[in-house]
Amino acid sequence: MTPPALVLASLLIPALGTVFVLLLRKNPNAREAASLVTAGVLFGTVLRVYRAVMAGDRPAIVLAEPIPGIPIELEAEPLGVLFALIASFLWIVTTLYAIGYMRGHHEENQTRFYTFFAFAIASVMGVAFAGNLFTLFIFYEVLSLSTFPLVTHAGTEAAKRAGRIYLGVLFSTSIVFQLLAIIWTYAIAGTLDFTSGGILSGRAAAGVVPILLGLFVFGVGKAAVMPFHRWLPAAMVAPTPVSALLHAVAVVKAGVFSILKITVYIFGIDFLTQVGASVWLMWVAAATIILGSLVAFTKDNLKARLAYSTVSQLSYIVLGAMLANASGIIGGGMHIAMHAFGKITLFFCAGAIMVVAHKTEISQLKGLGRTMPVTFFAFFIGTLSIVGLPPAGGSWSKWFLGMGALEAGQVGLVAVLMLSSLLSLAYLMEIPLKGFFYAPDEAPHHEGVHEAPTPSLIAIVATAVACLILFVFPEPFYELMTLVVTP
Amino acid sequence: MTLLSHYNYWVVILLMMVGFYTMISRGNLIKKMVGLNVFQTSVFMLYISMGKIRGGTAPILMDAHGESSETAHVLYSNPLPHVLILTAIVVGIATTAVGLALIVRIKETYGSIEEDEINQIEAEGAA
Amino acid sequence: MSEHYVILLVLVPLLASPLCIFSRNARAAWGFAVLACLTSLYLVFQVWAEVMATGPITYHIGDWAPPVGIEYRVDAVNAWVLLIVAVIGSVVAPYARVSVEREVEAGRIPLFYAAFLLCFTGLLGITVTGDVFNVFVFLEVSSLSAYGLIALGQDRRALTSAFRYLIMGSVGATFIVIGIGLMYVMTGSLNMADLAQLLPQVWDTRTIKVAYGFLAVGVFLKLALFPLHLWLPNAYTFAPSAVTAFIAATATKVAVYMLLRFFFTVFGAPFSFDVMRLDMVLLPLALVAIVTMSLVAIFQVNVKRLLAYSSVAQIGYMILGISFASVTGLTAALLHLFNHALMKGALFMCMGCVMYRIGSVHIDAMAGLGKRMPLTMAAFVVAGLSLVGVPLTVGFISKWYLILGALERGWWPVAILVLITSLMALVYVWRVVEVAYFQEFPHDEDTQEAPWALLIPMWALVLANVWFGIDARTTVASAEQAAQTLMGGAP
Repeated sequence: MTPPALVLASLLIPALGTVFVLLLRKNPNAREAASLVTAGVLFGTVLRVYRAVMAGDRPAIVLAEPIPGIPIELEAEPLGVLFALIASFLWIVTTLYAIGYMRGHHEENQTRFYTFFAFAIASVMGVAFAGNLFTLFIFYEVLSLSTFPLVTHAGTEAAKRAGRIYLGVLFSTSIVFQLLAIIWTYAIAGTLDFTSGGILSGRAAAGVVPILLGLFVFGVGKAAVMPFHRWLPAAMVAPTPVSALLHAVAVVKAGVFSILKITVYIFGIDFLTQVGASVWLMWVAAATIILGSLVAFTKDNLKARLAYSTVSQLSYIVLGAMLANASGIIGGGMHIAMHAFGKITLFFCAGAIMVVAHKTEISQLKGLGRTMPVTFFAFFIGTLSIVGLPPAGGSWSKWFLGMGALEAGQVGLVAVLMLSSLLSLAYLMEIPLKGFFYAPDEAPHHEGVHEAPTPSLIAIVATAVACLILFVFPEPFYELMTLVVTP
Repeated sequence: MTLLSHYNYWVVILLMMVGFYTMISRGNLIKKMVGLNVFQTSVFMLYISMGKIRGGTAPILMDAHGESSETAHVLYSNPLPHVLILTAIVVGIATTAVGLALIVRIKETYGSIEEDEINQIEAEGAA
Repeated sequence: MSEHYVILLVLVPLLASPLCIFSRNARAAWGFAVLACLTSLYLVFQVWAEVMATGPITYHIGDWAPPVGIEYRVDAVNAWVLLIVAVIGSVVAPYARVSVEREVEAGRIPLFYAAFLLCFTGLLGITVTGDVFNVFVFLEVSSLSAYGLIALGQDRRALTSAFRYLIMGSVGATFIVIGIGLMYVMTGSLNMADLAQLLPQVWDTRTIKVAYGFLAVGVFLKLALFPLHLWLPNAYTFAPSAVTAFIAATATKVAVYMLLRFFFTVFGAPFSFDVMRLDMVLLPLALVAIVTMSLVAIFQVNVKRLLAYSSVAQIGYMILGISFASVTGLTAALLHLFNHALMKGALFMCMGCVMYRIGSVHIDAMAGLGKRMPLTMAAFVVAGLSLVGVPLTVGFISKWYLILGALERGWWPVAILVLITSLMALVYVWRVVEVAYFQEFPHDEDTQEAPWALLIPMWALVLANVWFGIDARTTVASAEQAAQTLMGGAP
């Protein structure tokens, strides 16, 4: 296949996957096998796109032209490839995990689950390979819609309410702020194409840029910048694989990825630094980082704590984008990868604990580490990566973000980064500590409780090991990000 | 030009207001229709009176026996507004017919043609 | 032959109408109606293609030269509106058979189709003619038949709402006649092109300004511009489903066309916007209409009424586009004319399907329908999302141009308001979706999917919503050309 066809294929493969899943709904084993195979083929395809892009190619393909001059266009560039690589790889792992989880948890409507899951991945690929702002917006909205049935999977009253918050926040921010900003950009620049160096430089008045950038940052509700973060904790009613892949990786990363892409290819980092338009948003991101960590402290529910941790960590990436210098962008991009592997490990562990031991609150975890040592050790590694300690991959992205803050002359932000690392260390380390070093409250009622189902356990180990590998081998992501900042 | 030199306009305005007021203020559906008719009639008057020229005659060719050179000098009223209003009158009659037919059906189903009674019946039906 | 297409497209449904009455047979009458609509659609399409290719077409009735004779004149603007009316007519007519059999007494069905065709004739006639008095005549043809059609609704309140519509509609039409009369007094002409030439010489007279006022109020009544919309919600709610789908998608659109024709072509954009400041009247009314009517729609329990209030709000969007007085704004308005016809047509057709199966369109009665009538409710979701303006649907294209137009004028609060009201649309659409998909079906008896005769025309419109949302090049090009024609002044 030619590279443009590969890009298109990476959208079509998961879309086709939905068809297979639907056709094989009568036979769960075949259905799950279809999911796994689709995920594997997708990763292979994205890898080939990656090779093409590293060879200097920028494959592009126009699908349709809804409005004259504004086509729906796919184009693979380094940042998008980075995101697509992570999402497609983790989809394999998550599918593996989901097989164990969904069966272990006796969930209903599993076919619907796998169908919309594959569909959501297709829209994630659309977001990753969007060739212009308009295409990005379309797939962004399709992603919101396709994940709605996953969030409300349980069908309970609580799920319905959470679904309302989810769709409400994501739609209102994207329609009121983001769409306005897109049309405004079009009115100013006459184009929406992602162009290195940006399209606004020399066209937009200096006074307008901070407002426009603000509309984008808040308009991309999936980036969960406070005060538009409420949907993320609400989405935690979903089954854990959904929380893990979509609300730690695919959906939220689609948000911060959009912000990075808009910063680099619409505004252009030189233009932003020159106008100084992003300074106020750095502090919004910094506030979200600290507040998110503080709220995470107050949560006893494990998934809720992880959700607020995600809110806080996402703003690292937003901050990286707003720093608008090479180190900041590199740090932001790498944090997409590092946080993805770290947080998905944590969610996998949380899900395993829930399925096997039926525990959802942190205070109930005392001594559980002795019966589930692998799970809790994986959680420990994930924590290291999130906090940014060696020997886990997260330390690299934190390093570049800190460098970026120093280069931008914002010493205060370096302090914020340090403080929040400490905070996250405190609120996450509590879990493995409780698991390993506290005695169980009551007589050992963990009888019959052992490790998670085998497919899930493989997934947990895989992502935890990946966190460690990324410490010694972060080059692929680093190289992609340097391509982004050096056109 | 005195206040009454265009008295035809005053007639039109008076009729128009009478019709409009009847339509708004009366609760009886038949009276509403009558008001609508008066209102429309005032417009017919407006059109017809504007076609009239002082001293003009009916727009008919005078010399039918070949002495046509004279016809150019005959002063006659503009026939076009009359023709237009002929159409408008037909439309007005059709409107009245449809309106009255509706009133008959309303009377059959509600047993009343008073607007406030109908409203009351509808409110009870909804409750 | 082809030069007569312009008159034939009006004559065919007009002549088919008595055939329906004389046939005295429901099936035969339906056959005539469908045939007449499709023939008209074919003729309209030919005319539209010719106008897009070679420019305006004129036709002199009885070969009498204008301005004395009546002239039919089709340019990019009315070719576009003709297409909307003919397309919707041709989709609703096949749909009507099953729906009308259920909702209208058997003996009255031939009469129903006769009135339907007359209404169709009137709407096409208003659009095609180049003579202002002819506009009035066709307006009354379409209105009188519409009153009759609405009165055929099952609920007895259909009668009173038809009567109220009759009173308000007649007042509106009479206002239009007064305006036409005053123009005639000053110029001695009824031909639109001729008037456009003559009026600038008498712009500053009070008579012309009064004429303008009468025409404006008359047209506002017809297009249900807030606060003259009171006739609309009841009329749409109680009319037979097929009638609601047809009228909601066409009648107000043609009224918007009248507004454009009178104020842009006849009076000319400079007079409307520089002398009369029409934009300062339209803008606040449109904004109030959009906001209040969307709010009211949120609290409706009858879904047809909900959609009716939404229509008043959507008309506000069209008027808003016009008030920008720019090519982009007009493009938005004209696009929304077409796009709103597609989405509301589809939505009201969904209500027809629901009515057919469960005999009610109350929101509580629709509980659990997502499982029982999956195709109908899926159509509702797609068309509803189009109403909200979600990308890849036609609603998005309209919104895009509307906001672009607002930003061009520098009216960014208006742009924000448009976006916020889209969210309100999301709320009222979502209320129905939640009831249909998240509540259990209460009845024991088997409610099945609506028959194919209803589903096929409905899904044709739904797919059109998506098709023209993904590839809007044709529609945007047509609307843009029409907008340029309007801003250019005389046709």
